Amino acid sequence: MSEVVERTLSALPALLGPQLPAGPGPGRPSAGSRLGSLIRSITALTSKHEEEKLIQQEIASLKAMVSAPTTTLRLMKECMVRLIYCEMLGYESSFGYIHAIKLAQQGNLLEKRVGYLAVSLFLHENHELLLLLVNTVVKDLQSTNLVEVCMALTVVSQIFPREMIPAVLPLIEDKLQHSKEIIRRKAVQALYKFYLIAPNQVQHIHDKFRKALCDRDVGVMAASLHIYLEMIKENSSGYKDLTESFVMILKQVVGGKLPIDFNYHSVPAPWLQIQLLRILGLLGKDDPRTSELMYDVLDESLRRAEINHNITYAILFECVQTIYTIHPKSELLEKAAKCIGKFVLSPKINLKYLGLKSLTCVIQQDPNLALQHQMTIIECLDHPDPIIKRETLEILYRITNGQNVTVIVQKMLDYLKESKEEYAIITLSGKVAELAEKYAPDNGWFIQTMNAVFSVGGDALHPDIPNNFLRLLAEGFDDRKEDEQLRTYAVRSYLTLLEEENTFYPQKFLQVMSWVLGEYSSLATDVDPEIILTRLHSLLKKTFVTSDTKAWIMAAVTKIASHTSCSKTIDKLIKEFSSSLDTCMRQHAFELKHLREDRVLMKNLLPFDASCNDMVVDASLSFLDGFVAEGLSRGAAPYKPHHQRQEEKLSQEKALNFEPYGLSFASSVSSSGITGRQSPTGLSFGSDTSGNSAETGHKETNTLKLEGIRKLWGKEGYLPKKESTAGKPDEPQAASCGNLLAGRVIDPPASQSDQVSSLSEEEKEKQQLASTLFVGLGSNAGVSLMGKMDVATQKFKRKSKINETQTSEEASDIQNSAASTFGPLLDTVPVNKEDCEGNKHTRLRKPSLCSSDTLEDNLAFETPQSLKKPGLDDRLSDSTLSPLSLFADGNIEILQPSPSALCESANKTLSVPSLPKELEELPHSEVVELCQSDALALYLCKVWKDDSLLLAVFASNKKSSALNTVNLVFEKAEHFQILESPAHQFSVIEAQSVERCQKCVWMDKICTQGILPGSISYQSEMEPCLEFSVTLSLLDFIRPMEMTTEDFGKLWLSLSNDVKQNIKMSPSQDSLSTALSTLQQKLKLHIVDIIGNEGILACRLLPSVPCLLHCRTYSGMLALWFRSPCSALSDGLLYQCQKVMEES
Amino acid sequence: MIKAILIFNNHGKPRLSKFYQRYSEDTQQQIIRETFHLVSKRDENVCNFLEGGLLIGGSDNKLIYRHYATLYFVFCVDSSESELGILDLIQVFVETLDKCFENVCELDLIFHVDKVHNILAEMVMGGMVLETNMNEIVTQIDAQNKLEKSEAGLAGAPARAVSAVKNMNLPEIPRNINIGDISIKVPNLPTFK
Repeated sequence: MSEVVERTLSALPALLGPQLPAGPGPGRPSAGSRLGSLIRSITALTSKHEEEKLIQQEIASLKAMVSAPTTTLRLMKECMVRLIYCEMLGYESSFGYIHAIKLAQQGNLLEKRVGYLAVSLFLHENHELLLLLVNTVVKDLQSTNLVEVCMALTVVSQIFPREMIPAVLPLIEDKLQHSKEIIRRKAVQALYKFYLIAPNQVQHIHDKFRKALCDRDVGVMAASLHIYLEMIKENSSGYKDLTESFVMILKQVVGGKLPIDFNYHSVPAPWLQIQLLRILGLLGKDDPRTSELMYDVLDESLRRAEINHNITYAILFECVQTIYTIHPKSELLEKAAKCIGKFVLSPKINLKYLGLKSLTCVIQQDPNLALQHQMTIIECLDHPDPIIKRETLEILYRITNGQNVTVIVQKMLDYLKESKEEYAIITLSGKVAELAEKYAPDNGWFIQTMNAVFSVGGDALHPDIPNNFLRLLAEGFDDRKEDEQLRTYAVRSYLTLLEEENTFYPQKFLQVMSWVLGEYSSLATDVDPEIILTRLHSLLKKTFVTSDTKAWIMAAVTKIASHTSCSKTIDKLIKEFSSSLDTCMRQHAFELKHLREDRVLMKNLLPFDASCNDMVVDASLSFLDGFVAEGLSRGAAPYKPHHQRQEEKLSQEKALNFEPYGLSFASSVSSSGITGRQSPTGLSFGSDTSGNSAETGHKETNTLKLEGIRKLWGKEGYLPKKESTAGKPDEPQAASCGNLLAGRVIDPPASQSDQVSSLSEEEKEKQQLASTLFVGLGSNAGVSLMGKMDVATQKFKRKSKINETQTSEEASDIQNSAASTFGPLLDTVPVNKEDCEGNKHTRLRKPSLCSSDTLEDNLAFETPQSLKKPGLDDRLSDSTLSPLSLFADGNIEILQPSPSALCESANKTLSVPSLPKELEELPHSEVVELCQSDALALYLCKVWKDDSLLLAVFASNKKSSALNTVNLVFEKAEHFQILESPAHQFSVIEAQSVERCQKCVWMDKICTQGILPGSISYQSEMEPCLEFSVTLSLLDFIRPMEMTTEDFGKLWLSLSNDVKQNIKMSPSQDSLSTALSTLQQKLKLHIVDIIGNEGILACRLLPSVPCLLHCRTYSGMLALWFRSPCSALSDGLLYQCQKVMEES
Repeated sequence: MIKAILIFNNHGKPRLSKFYQRYSEDTQQQIIRETFHLVSKRDENVCNFLEGGLLIGGSDNKLIYRHYATLYFVFCVDSSESELGILDLIQVFVETLDKCFENVCELDLIFHVDKVHNILAEMVMGGMVLETNMNEIVTQIDAQNKLEKSEAGLAGAPARAVSAVKNMNLPEIPRNINIGDISIKVPNLPTFK
């Protein structure tokens, strides 16, 4: 195959000579003459600069030609090809875009094709010119000429404006029935594209996808698999019923039932097989019953793929992946493992890579596999191909434990030092940092490793790494002594590093150093603070230090200054920077100067080691109450919550808009807190002298707070793993022996050599490495090696045991200390302060929610609250509309638990959970059971409140004893947002009684239906955790929106996302009003007005996203026209409308 | 999904670039440069897969390439594509080019950028593999060429004649000949609710 492209550029001049203007291909002369001369001159050029000049010339001449009226389409086509060439080289030629569209519109087939091609290469999905293409596409889709239809379908699947999909969708749907398979296939592909960019719009044609799957042509069926793969990826449970069909198809393909045309190197339709295997993998994941169906065909696939060709390996690889993804079957796993072995041991480097990759995937399930291939893995560590090396390190990363961590981290750091690719450095250094945090055997090692990470990773390092590291130092562990040792070690190591005069360190590393020195340098009592200050001072003068880092250093200096009485360096520093041109530095210098004059304030401001003390933040801002009251008495307007303002804005006409920053209200409080904490220096001396907020201000600013920072490798993250390793009974012994082994590799003792002298030096080294790398893997904590290596390790083990007795005390000491250092760290999950406070807050604000007391009690509770803000009272009574006025139209269906259901559940021994009075009056759903166990039953009732969907969850204790600390947690769902904390704790549920908790939910990301999973746990020996899920539909979050016709008109014009659709009306709802009232009842839309055969409706998605609907009837059709600021909302509602109208 | 298909020569000059995911013009050029930089450094005896650089989008993406004489063919794909499968797809692509251009060389790619794109469009559509059967692709391309040529020839002919040609259909493609024998059937499909 390499001869295929044997004529090279060197042949170019000859070919392009005047006597030979073109190559052998047809159609070359005309195009060649101009394009040819362009290319000829380009290749003759020597510099980028000349090329640019030439292309600019070319573009200029093209520009003139393209816009000249005399240019024929034929010439235009040539111009387009030249433009494509220029664009490919990266020169912008936007003047030609419109002509490309014109060419696609007007040209004959050949020209049209070039026009379409140019359009799809030049434009992108959101380009405004693309709208001009829509008409052409529609016309071509309707053409009788197949080539035109094909072209239109191709361009649609490449780029098409999302909002214009409805214009072509019906046409493309029609093409699914086309007699030519190529058209059907391309139509399916185009629909796939639509599914990707606007899944809501193709919801109604899912059955057509099924038809495509059953198409008699294999090509169409294969194309539909793309869609299915995508859909199953998103929601595998919805397509389990298709498993059998996919299995059947695969069986037939594997069995050679396809025409021979589909063979590739005598393998039947390999790409189709790969696709099917992937789908099966997704379907069978965690589902024993579905997996059962596919065992046979997987076995068959493995068996049939035996020809030694690249493509069969592709299938094998896919098979292996699938087998390991689905519910395991030992027989298949064995075969798959053998397959992986074949890959790993293959001399072909591509296969080796894939073998390693699959090892990476399966290693956690089956660590023994890694043991089998350990020698190969070791060899791959020194492979010349960096990609192979990196994949090997990935395997090692997955098998790291407390015993082999030093060796593995060393290997990774070695790789890091050699690597120059930024991307590789970022990911790998993140992994090293993670491993170091998890498994560090001692303080010294940990600090040294992190130093290496910081210096190698440089400034590309993920910001979480230094943040986590600092937090680890600051939060410390249970043992004070340990903490101090670690911190002191860090201080000393940084001082040593800074001692070297002319070394360059990355900014992030310097920042870490200065923070640690500032915070903890006083722990190193034997070091004169003056020395530290000198070091920092000299850093400040270095040119490579950025101003950001300088701020960190200054903060460190300030902190050190707070506990040294007088220092020459500080005086010098203040003097020096008081006149600095850098305003920031000048500011810091002045602050330092003034602080030094008031030592008491300085001590208070900068207490020692208080960086992680919790601060009391008065989130309710109660200290401002006086101020508020004063303001109100002076006639200021009372505060209104955001959604109320929004509503008023919509419903009332206002002359002027007085609301600044309306949209950012919700997060403003918390975000300001976070930014305050994240200021790089941890110090800011803003307005700390202002009145009563000063104290809080100090506390807030003098510490480095990392809570706002995402915890990538937070303690919770790796907690489970730690538990699992701790679960091994024989761990301590293995651990201590691991320590010894680890020590050996770094410093291999000579006494070892006589025992394994039968092996060559190199082999021996590798085996040593292997035993250190793979220690602690597998079920029998010892190392099981294959064949002759067994002997060596046996000796090794024995030897180490002898050693162990000698140094067991020491070893266990190390182990203990390591465990105490890092153990508690893993378990102590710091109580999330904000969460906690949020809880208290809600409990205060809404006593009625958590207690099941009567209404009167609630009122009593509420009075102090309302007294606090007397000005708000009117407003409150206004806004808490009587529950029924919410759905003021009255004829909205409100579900009430039917009496029969009540009786039925009353028959059960337990009291039926029912809503308290104040909720009972709101529209709500029936109380349904969520889940049950022997001790506990959960019931759910949805209450459609005006401002949110309220989920009332009833936990009923079925036992005869009280249940303590029952925790209810909703998991984070992509689509939904729980307004307060997602967790709730019932401190006690009395025997045979029911407790209730309420959560308000909004829809965050629009979907027609979503699942909110959750779990409830309680202290019990048996099944301590019950899982449940709540299905929420879009309609749960839709509320009517009342407005006048005028307001409607205004809002309508201000919205831009259009969705239009015509639907047939059934005879039962022939008149507009009946159709509208159906919509009103089922979808909770508010009918604004009906004029003639047109009607307008309005609703909002909680909290306040409006959606307007305009309906018109004509000849048995209902034309729906939605407008909303959010297009997904329109799509979703349209879908609901269609469903409702079909049902009725 | 295939994110991009790039062809460049040993000097890094782009010969064809097709992006299936939106990148800005500048990013596209950077991707081409970065990809060339990554690929050209590699020896002949290393694997054909590379982790994508930063631009093309992180660890999920891979570069799969083949080197033929003066040209590099690089496919940037995400994790939902099979590496070996794509590797063979490149082979199919090159063999198809070879058939269509009768001994393809770099020059053919330069002078017939549009044709190469057309061939590619028959194989990969909107980032998904559409057709992998070489004969099928060649048949399609030939048929279209014939039709276009005949139409172009008729440019000066009366409108009726042109429309007659236009209504001519593509030739039936031989693989459907034994439709009766294709026994791929999807049994027991449950009805769609």
